[in-house]
Amino acid sequence: MNHATIRIPTPLRVFTKGQDEVKVRAATVGEALANLGEQCPGILERVLDKDGKLRPFVNVYVGSADVRSMKGLATAVDAGAVLSIVPAVAGGRR
Amino acid sequence: MLVLPSEIRAELESWVETGYPEETCGLLVGSFGRGRTETRRATRARNLNRERARDRYDLDPADFLAADVAARSDGLEIVGVWHSHPDHPAQPSETDRAAAWEGWSYVIVEVTSRGVAALRSWRLEGPTFVEEPISSS
Repeated sequence: MNHATIRIPTPLRVFTKGQDEVKVRAATVGEALANLGEQCPGILERVLDKDGKLRPFVNVYVGSADVRSMKGLATAVDAGAVLSIVPAVAGGRR
Repeated sequence: MLVLPSEIRAELESWVETGYPEETCGLLVGSFGRGRTETRRATRARNLNRERARDRYDLDPADFLAADVAARSDGLEIVGVWHSHPDHPAQPSETDRAAAWEGWSYVIVEVTSRGVAALRSWRLEGPTFVEEPISSS
């Protein structure tokens, strides 16, 4: 288990009492998110679907790498890693 | 209320006009105050939706991450999103609403071949978008 930091985007800070970062202990991205969910009830429902997979409108980065381009939730988390939850930003006139 | 200084507004309008007839998008960086969202700068982002670039945008998450890292290092945060509606009113569409997040300002710019026609800001409140006033200071 490594200490890591998860950066929380503004729309999800309602679940973190306004904190912009949450410290977690984890060996993988999935464990990091599970630990985040234990500390911040309700937040995981916005990040993961009912099958425990990343929601389409949410991206998770480790450093500057998208976990979808690596091993997804099984991606390793090194000591001191910074994870970012990046909400998908989309729309259009139609 | 969204505080959008005139120089940032002018920058947004020039980006939107340059990008016409495609939809352009980016982020607003600043801080939240009491009932006020202060914009300190705007960033441009890539629209990854190339197939429907005239009526859709998918803001590149890598550009979001870069803007977020820069904002945090300056003690700021991402406070909103801007995008253009080419030849279409500056009102959120159902596509905009379905993809929106609460807590941010969504600036929409109507642009035509003659230039910017309107610039309005909206916030998601529950299931609906509510317009918010814009002030230059």
